[in-house]
Amino acid sequence: MELFDDHKKLFATATLLFAGLTWMVAISPAIQNQQNNKPLPGWEEPGKDAVKGKALFVANGCVACHTQQVRNVEMDKVWGSRPGIAADYAGMSRTDFWRNTATLMGTERTGPDLTDIGNRQPSKDWNLVHLYNPRIVVKESVMPAYPWLFTVKKEPAASDVVVNVPAAYLKGKEGKVVATPDALYLVAYLQSLQQVKLPDGKPAPGFLYPQVKKSVQGSNETQGNLPEGKALYAANCQSCHQANGEGLAGAFPPLKGSSVVEGDNLELYVDIIMNGYDARQEYGVMPPVGTNMNFTENEVAAIINYERSSWGSDAKNVTPEEIKKVMDVLQQKIDAK
Amino acid sequence: MKTKAFFSVIVLIAVAVCPGFLPAYAQEMKLSDFSFASESAWLGVVSLIVAVLFVVAMLLRKKVAELRKSYQKQKEKDDGGRLKEHVTRLNSNQIEKLLQYKKAKRTGTFFLVVSLLSACMPFSANRVWAQAAATDESSLLGEGGIVITLVLVLIPILAGFILLMIKIGNAINQQKNKIRLEEASKLAGYLKDLPEEEIDAILKKRKKALDYTLTNHELSGTEPAEDSKGLLSITREPGLPIVSVKKKALPRPHIDPALAKLVLGYLVCATCWLLFGTTVGQYVGIKFIAPDADHVSWLSFGRLRPVHTNAVFWGWASLAMIGLGFYIVPRVSNVRLYSLRMGWYALYLINASVLIGTICLMAGINNGGGEYREYTWPVMLLFGLGLALTLVNFFQTIARRATKEIYISNWYMVAAIIFTIVISLAAYIPYWQNGLGETIIQGYYMHQGVGMWFMLFTLGIVYYFLPQQLNKPIYSYSLGILAFWTQILFYTLIGTHHFVFSAIPWWLQTVAIVGSAGMAIPVIAGTTNFLMTFKGAWYKVRNSYTLPFFLVGTIFYFTGSMQGTAEAFRFTNLLWHFTDFTVAHSHLTMYGIICFFLWAAIYTVLPRLTGKEAPQITMGAHFWLALIGLMFYTIPLMYGGTLKGLLWMEGKPFMEGVTLMAPYWLWRAIGGSLMWLSHLFFAYNIYKMIVRSNKVDIREVAIQKLQHEIKEAPQPVD
Repeated sequence: MELFDDHKKLFATATLLFAGLTWMVAISPAIQNQQNNKPLPGWEEPGKDAVKGKALFVANGCVACHTQQVRNVEMDKVWGSRPGIAADYAGMSRTDFWRNTATLMGTERTGPDLTDIGNRQPSKDWNLVHLYNPRIVVKESVMPAYPWLFTVKKEPAASDVVVNVPAAYLKGKEGKVVATPDALYLVAYLQSLQQVKLPDGKPAPGFLYPQVKKSVQGSNETQGNLPEGKALYAANCQSCHQANGEGLAGAFPPLKGSSVVEGDNLELYVDIIMNGYDARQEYGVMPPVGTNMNFTENEVAAIINYERSSWGSDAKNVTPEEIKKVMDVLQQKIDAK
Repeated sequence: MKTKAFFSVIVLIAVAVCPGFLPAYAQEMKLSDFSFASESAWLGVVSLIVAVLFVVAMLLRKKVAELRKSYQKQKEKDDGGRLKEHVTRLNSNQIEKLLQYKKAKRTGTFFLVVSLLSACMPFSANRVWAQAAATDESSLLGEGGIVITLVLVLIPILAGFILLMIKIGNAINQQKNKIRLEEASKLAGYLKDLPEEEIDAILKKRKKALDYTLTNHELSGTEPAEDSKGLLSITREPGLPIVSVKKKALPRPHIDPALAKLVLGYLVCATCWLLFGTTVGQYVGIKFIAPDADHVSWLSFGRLRPVHTNAVFWGWASLAMIGLGFYIVPRVSNVRLYSLRMGWYALYLINASVLIGTICLMAGINNGGGEYREYTWPVMLLFGLGLALTLVNFFQTIARRATKEIYISNWYMVAAIIFTIVISLAAYIPYWQNGLGETIIQGYYMHQGVGMWFMLFTLGIVYYFLPQQLNKPIYSYSLGILAFWTQILFYTLIGTHHFVFSAIPWWLQTVAIVGSAGMAIPVIAGTTNFLMTFKGAWYKVRNSYTLPFFLVGTIFYFTGSMQGTAEAFRFTNLLWHFTDFTVAHSHLTMYGIICFFLWAAIYTVLPRLTGKEAPQITMGAHFWLALIGLMFYTIPLMYGGTLKGLLWMEGKPFMEGVTLMAPYWLWRAIGGSLMWLSHLFFAYNIYKMIVRSNKVDIREVAIQKLQHEIKEAPQPVD
């Protein structure tokens, strides 16, 4: 065939075919996407610190293990309240003359997704300790430690942000661990990662492949059909309060032997889980975990019952009905404000 | 008497098995709401089995009757002739024993009879057959759904039937043995009575005939062989070989030494990048099990991971491919290379790109986190210029070709370079990279990078070297052309399958999935083409050290690529996406396909360029360590990745997935170590193929001495 024996025609044909398909499936959809999508009304331009933090996030290749996309499948529900949409990324543009846009959607999830980490783990103290060495707070973590974002000072100044690192992780160095500006930028970036709420009235896209809930029978008479408290604790509480319930001295309070856990003030207990807590100077601020994760009375009851039956505590179990009542009271108080 | 009893037992068994259906049938009748169709099918199956059993029983009856008849006949026949025939059929050993017996006859021993009898005796009577029928019935009483019932009914019936056939076979054999035993004792008697002269005449002559062996030089004679055409090459290496000895490479005359030097330059640089890139990869793998191995920013996981991928992509595989291309393009075009100098410049540019890129990544300067797009544009520009130079070089060589047609290898290789330039332009031009545009381009880029650059180019290399190593033409040129165009058509579409379920348009995801399914066409066409080229020359694999590499590459080409197709579907994406399964897949393909093919081609071409070969034992070590290492690497990751995906789907806490993976990450590190070790062997082999050995070649030195003498001697003056 003439086409096959003429190198100009042959390679021109192949190039045209390839370039045409490239236009169809890559360049044209990309252009359409960037033209047709605008950031959501609730979206805010990230602050200066967060922008610097993002540059550090990119420089250290964090995207190798952390995705930033909530897919529209049920299993991704834990990473955000709704699936990601094109508008979520519409505010991102080219970083600078040398560097491309960084949507940082990622292709591997060796570590957790970070789309909504600013809501899920807003605690600055936790993030700093975790960056210094993740294994201080999450024993099984395989994330790299970033000690070069910190310095050790014998006598930190009043303006220094001191990080509470256990002595075992200091490798014999004496003094206090102080966060460098870089560490603070990085945390600022992580805190800025929050899913923007859709404007009122806009229906959020649903999650596909819903899991059929298996009802657990007879595992615990008092808990009936409650979800597994241990798993909920591991997913939502453990990174601060630890698996042994002892917390981390100087950063996160212990639940073992806690008067809130074992006491009778159920309203305070549920309030802390749902709306967070910042009553004690010596510990970090607790985020509103329950509200962020849209806990129902069943989940709150399961967590409370798990905490009340672990670490030597034998306080009495609660029922979802009791919790429902308390949650309603709390909601009324919030509404009244 | 005996046979009659035997027959009645068969009938009994047949009758006993048949009622086995009745309980099942009755049970089925109770379920009156079944449709007529399923009921009649059910009845049909049962009646079919009954009919088969009946026919078998009738056949057996006939066979037994025949057996009885022939037995009667044999008895009546005069057996003198047959006994004589037995004598001529004795083997050497038996004759020896018979002769000994004859000598010792006066002492009246009966060796022969005893030995012959004992040889026929291992069949003891076995009469437990009636049990078979009894066990069948009880298993049929199981209850359950129609399928379960059917299976339960069929399994024991089939088992009983098989048992029945075995028992019948045994019985027939027993019967036959009885006849043989009788004949054996007759034969013994006959042998005993044989007269002495017949022993000498028949037996000794027979023994001599049986003991005859060839001297092994009936055809060749005892003269040394004369090899007037230089066809024989006999190696006389002393000692026992540790590994099987493979064929040596054929010396290939007339390769431009300057071109050979260029190709060598590429291959040596590629090998260095392989060693560097996989050392980094190995270290990164170890960090999964020892995350606190170091606390140096330049060596942290996130920075080293792209160093590994980019070094093996742009450093190792790309340089090796282009280097091999410099050998193939001029050869199949039958002209000299257009410009050697451009070839060297391209080598410098690409090396500079990877070197600078590596340093930048470790220093924390990267393009924004898109996989394989981590080099910033100035760094990638160097690589792109190298590609552009190579394209011009190849294209001009082909334009000057002395052949009419453009060999298929050149299609693949030149197209790969053109496409990669297009891909890089699409990926680095900033006008369509805002917001999700970046992600759409990223999906396209990362997959075209592997499919249109590495896969297409490597296929071109295989289309040249595989037929050459098998010494036969490629099975089908047309299949190669089909694979070429369908690869372009389907592969270009599949990029976004890395972002299934993400926020990119749903139709684009669907196109990617459809394209992934379409990839079955070029993959099957290519695999068929390679395997059919192997056909009829499989025996060559055994004697070759390059063909096993080609074969492994071909197998992974099929399995790895089809796995990619399977991974693209929505459900499998749900299960495997984001897990370590993806890592396993990329190694199965980049390593199993690309690296194995490249090694095959390098081991083929280097001895032709330098005239030296690597030790076969280290080549074998390279092959096996790489293959076994790859299996240890990928299988645990695929298994662990699947478990992790299931865990996520069940909504278990994230950390459970991390602790679950720990043992599989350890296995990955072990497999990775083996792979890394194999690269050390590979580098050693490259060294042996290039650097002159310091062993004195006696013959070569002797000739050189004589030449020297000629030069030294005073020239005769005219």
